[in-house]
This record gives sequence, structure tokens and C-alpha cells, in this order.
Amino acid sequence: MSNPKEAIKEKSMVIQKEMLANLFTELSNAKANGKKVVYTFVPGNLTELILAMDMLPVYPEINALQSGMRKKSGGYIKDAEKLGFSEDVCTYVKCDIGMMLNGNIGPTGEKLPEPDLLLLSYTGCFTFLKWFENLERLYPGVEIAMLHTPYQEDGKITEDQISYMVKQLKEDVIPKMEKVAGKKLDYDRLGKMLDNAAKAEDLWVKVLETAKNRPSPIDSYFAGVYYMGPLNTAFRGTEEAVHYYEELYKEVTDRMKLGLCPVTPEGEMKEEKFRLVVEGPPNWTNFREFWKIFYDMGAVIVASTYTKVGGLYDQGFRHEPGKPLESLAKYCMGCYTNLNLPQRVDLIEHYIKEYKADGFLINSIKSCNSFSAGQLLMMREVEQRCGIPVGFIESDLVDPRYFSYANIKNRLESYFQMLGQRKVIIAQEEAAV
Amino acid sequence: MKKAPERLTSLLDECKTLAFDLNFNYAKQWKAKSKYRLLVGYLPIYVPREIIHAANGLAVGLMGVGDRKQIIKGDAYYQSYICHLPRGIIEMALDNNLDNFDGFLFPSICDCVRNLSGMFKLAKKGKFSRYFDYPQNFEKHIGGTFYRELNETIINDMFKINDMKITTQHLNASIALYNHNRDLIETIYNIRQEFPWRLSAVDIYHIIRAGMVINVEKHNEMLEEVVNLISEDFGEPMDNIRVVISGSFCEQPPIGMIKSIEMAGCYIVDDDFMLGSRWIQGRIDDTTNDPLNEIVEAFLTKSAPSSAVYDVPHPKSARLVQQVRDRGADGVIFCAASFCDPALLDRPDLQKACDDAGIAHINFQFHENTGQFKVIKEQAGTFSDSIKLWV
Repeated sequence: MSNPKEAIKEKSMVIQKEMLANLFTELSNAKANGKKVVYTFVPGNLTELILAMDMLPVYPEINALQSGMRKKSGGYIKDAEKLGFSEDVCTYVKCDIGMMLNGNIGPTGEKLPEPDLLLLSYTGCFTFLKWFENLERLYPGVEIAMLHTPYQEDGKITEDQISYMVKQLKEDVIPKMEKVAGKKLDYDRLGKMLDNAAKAEDLWVKVLETAKNRPSPIDSYFAGVYYMGPLNTAFRGTEEAVHYYEELYKEVTDRMKLGLCPVTPEGEMKEEKFRLVVEGPPNWTNFREFWKIFYDMGAVIVASTYTKVGGLYDQGFRHEPGKPLESLAKYCMGCYTNLNLPQRVDLIEHYIKEYKADGFLINSIKSCNSFSAGQLLMMREVEQRCGIPVGFIESDLVDPRYFSYANIKNRLESYFQMLGQRKVIIAQEEAAV
Repeated sequence: MKKAPERLTSLLDECKTLAFDLNFNYAKQWKAKSKYRLLVGYLPIYVPREIIHAANGLAVGLMGVGDRKQIIKGDAYYQSYICHLPRGIIEMALDNNLDNFDGFLFPSICDCVRNLSGMFKLAKKGKFSRYFDYPQNFEKHIGGTFYRELNETIINDMFKINDMKITTQHLNASIALYNHNRDLIETIYNIRQEFPWRLSAVDIYHIIRAGMVINVEKHNEMLEEVVNLISEDFGEPMDNIRVVISGSFCEQPPIGMIKSIEMAGCYIVDDDFMLGSRWIQGRIDDTTNDPLNEIVEAFLTKSAPSSAVYDVPHPKSARLVQQVRDRGADGVIFCAASFCDPALLDRPDLQKACDDAGIAHINFQFHENTGQFKVIKEQAGTFSDSIKLWV
């Protein structure tokens, strides 16, 4: 396995790093400054509501993945297992609980404040519910608000579902938030934030769609997880996020005009050999080694489903200032993991065709049944419909015990060989015609 | 020692055969008697079977295949780290065991079962297949309204197939039948609490599981007979401890495991096997002009504790401790299916509650086709001995 050098960062990544550093500093000073802290989840997050009430969000999944990238998750997970959590269960949960047991030190080395509110936005993942039930017991007496997001079981969002969610927001979630914040929700301020959100969402979609070019100027999976950060977490609805996406879009279009390939941690890719669509979250414990296998082989991810866990903006959804609560409800229900399996297959098929992908790859995650259960059937469906080679690898989110570099590399190398051979055959067939 | 009545033995044999008929012959024969009859398969844990009954349907529990069916295709649909239950369900669907079923309901238990509903849609199984998304908000005008609409959707699905409109009278009659069913099951558990040697845990498991695949009228007849038979004195008590089993609410434990626990010296006086048949705790009013409202109310206010339902308003840890006290149990065996996130994520808190209440407990994991019980038997035996000797 290689020992990667210091990663080469694009300008937008530097901006984002500063945004995050400021947030974590603000969080570490939250109690001293009298700021209330809300723990919540990324999919179906209600960031605009939190920020509109001058509270600060903390996302336990982000803490867990950061712990994974910083090689701390293994120890945290073992500590949670000592407490009685089974080896079989979600490692994000165990990593988060382990981190808490070890003093709740965040990614910047500063202690994260305890929550004043647990905002359980229960969207697209059953384990979220169990996770916050556990946190509620670990932080006894803390206020907890539950927002049940109905699943799109019939492949659409119904009026009944919207009404259910809006009632929960109006009568349960927002009053609890107001109680903790000590102030009423200012709907004008919320509207302004939703307007900013929509602007950032427009720009994000433009960034994603640059991957339709050949070569793609971006990697929509490995780099995509950085790009989606501000929109999916603490910055959606802010001017800062709009500014970030303006910069990012400018940077990406400049690259596109020059016909450049994506930037990787080791510099610019020289040649785009394979265009892939990927389903499933990445592994975080060995993120750079994992990415390197792809860019070393000239493989670019032109579209991914993981970058849609925080919202399917590229399919048309935008936050609407004029209908704030309805739009938040639709946003929650529209996140990728809240789609049913036929919708997910349709979306992947659409990406493969729209982004002219050579192959489809699933990174199946042991910890995440929301993504993983059903993926083998999805893979067959996609293969049948699109007639392109499909690949399947397995790893985990943040448990280093479930990342086998050699196995994954072997499997991917075979897969890329297959893709390469197929390209040769297609070229021969086209020449014959 | 007075022997068990012969009729009980034959009745138990009948239940055992019904419980594990993975071709669902009884249900299919029942349906064949009228073109207006429906079969609606449902996954663990709970669906309101009353509405299916009132729509001239038979709700058939799809509780997994246990160790009764070799899984070949199912393993090609699921990765090794996903629980066993859905493999068997897919295997049955692909092997045509579920032919003649009109619809399928997938209660909101976990992401595996949720996604299985999508797999049925992709595989085009049944005339309808729906994820049954319980509300996790328990306010009547919020979660209650949503739940009512969900039930109405299912009622409409069934109406489209057999054109049978559910009347108030029909639904009240169905509610009454299932009230009686739950009363009888509770009576059996109560008798067993006092005289657990009269009916083994395996026997009661077969009796209740049989009720998942036959019509409630017939099941009630069987239960009434069982109640009568076990109300007589027979058998002899053994020097066993009394335990509650917690965690097996969805994927069902193999029969050999239940037997091993009892043989190791533990009377199982309560459990969460096939929780759906005991989900509503108490009776649903069967005399009103709006029976659907009563079903909704019952779900919101009388649901059993379960890992599938948001429990912050009513922590299940306190309810487990109360259950142990009420049943006079000596300890708890936490016994969950491998890779079952809901049960396994609940376990640390439930164990802590037991520790705080001074209740002894052990835990192990299983999957529905576990074939080796030696370790489990030894563990349960040691647990039983330690309680007998030291507590």
C-alpha cells in the first residue's frame, strides 16, 4: 500500500477548510458564548431552521467519518463494543458513541459541546432512530425532537405525507426548537436562508453537470464528497455557502474550458480512461488509498448516488422561500436513501445514460443496510437495462477491520481490465461498421 | 404424574404442521373457495389484520423459512452481513411458494425489510406490495391521521382486487374476533406463567405461529381448546428458573434453540417471538361507528414495546423490567438475530436497565437456520445454575 504525501488541494477545498475550522471553533466556544447546540443528521437535515434560530448544528455522521479519516474510529468502535454494542451493528453509531466516551473531541482537536437539542430528522435510515434513542440516554434530560420522514414507498411524494410532515414541524419540532433557542422562529429570516439555499443548489447542480463533459473536470464521488459538504451540513442557507459554490463552479468551468481532468490528492489526472457511476458511500478509513486505485487506473466517477444523500437537487428539487415548511418536507422526503428501490434503479440508469458511463460500480457497505440491502438485485437490473459491465466491492464506513485493500484492489483491477477489453471490442465493432 | 391429554398432543401436531408449511396450503385452499377472497402476505412484525379480514382477506404471516428450506437463490440477493430472514422470503417468492398471494405488506421494522418491499416491486410480485410505514409520531391528529390514511390506502388496494367494500359492521366483527384471539393468547401465557410445565415454549410457539397462516375463526377454536386442555392439572414441575426472552421480534429463532434453552433449565414465561399477534395490548373497541379510528387509536396508545417504534416517550427498558416483574421471572435472555440493527442497538440500554433493577441476564445471537445449539445450551444452563445457586 502506498504512503500518500500531503494532498494537493484545490482553492475551493481551502475555502471549505476555513469554513469548517471556523465552525468548530465556534462550537468549542458555544457554551461560553451562550449558543445552543443541535445534534442532527445529514439526510433530511433542517439546517436553515437551526441557523435561523441562531443555534449551531453538529452532525454525528460527519464526526464519525472524520474520525475514520483520522484513523481514530477503530479505537472508538472497540470502546463502544465494550459497552455492549454488537460487532454487527452500524459503525457510525459505535464510532460516535466511542468518541463521546473518549471526551467528544472533534476533528480539530477541540472538545465538541454537549447537545441542547437532539433533532432526530429520521430520513432514509432506520438506524438514525436507534442512534438518537441511544444518545438520548447518554445525554439524560436533553430535549429531543423527532421528525418522521415517510418513505417514498410508492415512488412519489403524496399530499398526505407532506401534510404529516408539516404538522410535525409546526406542532412539535419547531416549538421544541423555539423552546431550546429561547426565541420564536423568524419566518422572514428562514425565507432568506431558503433563498440562499436555492442559489447554492443551482450552482451545485451546475458543478455536478460538468461531469457530462469529456474529460470530466471533476470526480463526482471522491471529490464530490468534499464539494457537497457545505450544502449538506452547517452552511446551507448561508451567504458563505453561495460564495463557496460560486468559487467552486468558476474553478471547475475553468478546468473544463482547458479540457483538464479532475484534480486528485496527487495532482491532476492525466487521462480519463474510464467513466463510472458509483452507488454507495465510500470507505473513510482508507479514503485516499481507495481513491488512488481509481485515479491510478484513469477511472473517473462521473456520477454517484452517495452525493445525493443530502438531496436530489439535480433532479429538480429546490428549497422554496414562499413555501418554507412544505419545501423542507419535500426536501427530506426527496433524499436519495428515502427513494424506493425502483426509483434508485431508474436514477442510476439515468445517470449511466446521461453521463455516458462505461461502467457501474457498487461499493457495498457492511454498516449501511439502507444503502446495501437490495444492491445485488439493483446491480442485475442496471446491467440488464444498460448493458454495461457492473462491479461489486465490499467495505465499511469507518470500521478499519472491514477494509481489505488487497481484495478491493484485485477486484477493481480485474474490473478495469474488463472495461478496457470491452472498449477494444466496441472500437473494433465500430471500425467494422 | 398425570400425562398430557391426548387431544393436546394431536392439536399441537396440527399446529406444528401448519406453522411450518412454507407452501401455505391451508391459506391457498381457503382462498380457492371464493373468487372474492384475498391472500395478503405480511412480514414481521405488525399489521392490523382486522382490516384484511374485514375485506374478505386472509393475512398470512411470512415469518421466514427457518431451517426448513435451503437457501440458494436468496444468498445471491443478499450480502453476507445482512440478516437471514429476507433471504428466505426472496427464496420463497422466486420458488413460487407465494403464488396466489394478492398483495404483500412490509412493516416498518428496519432498512432490510424496507428495501425488500422494493425488491418485490422490482420483481413484480403480487398485485400490490407496500412498505407499511408506521407513524413515529403518536399524536392523534398528526401520526394518527397519517396512520389512518395508510390503512385506507391498503383498504383501497384490496378493494381494487375483489371489489369488496368494508362496512362498519364487518370491521367491528373483525376487531371482535382479533380481540378474542389476543385474549386467548394472553390467557395461555398466564396459565403458563403459573404452570409452565403444562405447555412447553416450543408448543406455544407452534400454536401462535399456526395462527399466522390460518383464518382467525379457526385459530380461535384451536386456542379455546388449548385453554381448556391446559386448565386441567397434568405434568410435573421441574427445578427450572423462569426467564423472559427479548430481542427475537422479527427474525424467528430456530425451534432447536427454544428447545435448548428450556432443556438447559429455563422456563420461558414470556417472549417477543411473533410479536405481531400480541402487538395491541388490550382490547380494541368493537362497538363504535368508526372502527378504523379504534384501530388507529390502539396503535397509538396500546402498542407493545418494540425496537421498531420510537420509544423515547415510553422507554422499552422500563417496560421490560415491568414485564419481568409481572411474570415473576428470574432473569432475561437477550436473544437477537445476527445483523439485526434494531434489536442489537437496543441491547446495551436494556441490559443496563436490568443491571439497575438487579435482574440477571445473558445474551447471544442467532440466525433463523442456526444448527448448533451446544454453546447456547451450555450458556443457558450456566445461567440457570447460577441463579438457582446464588440468587
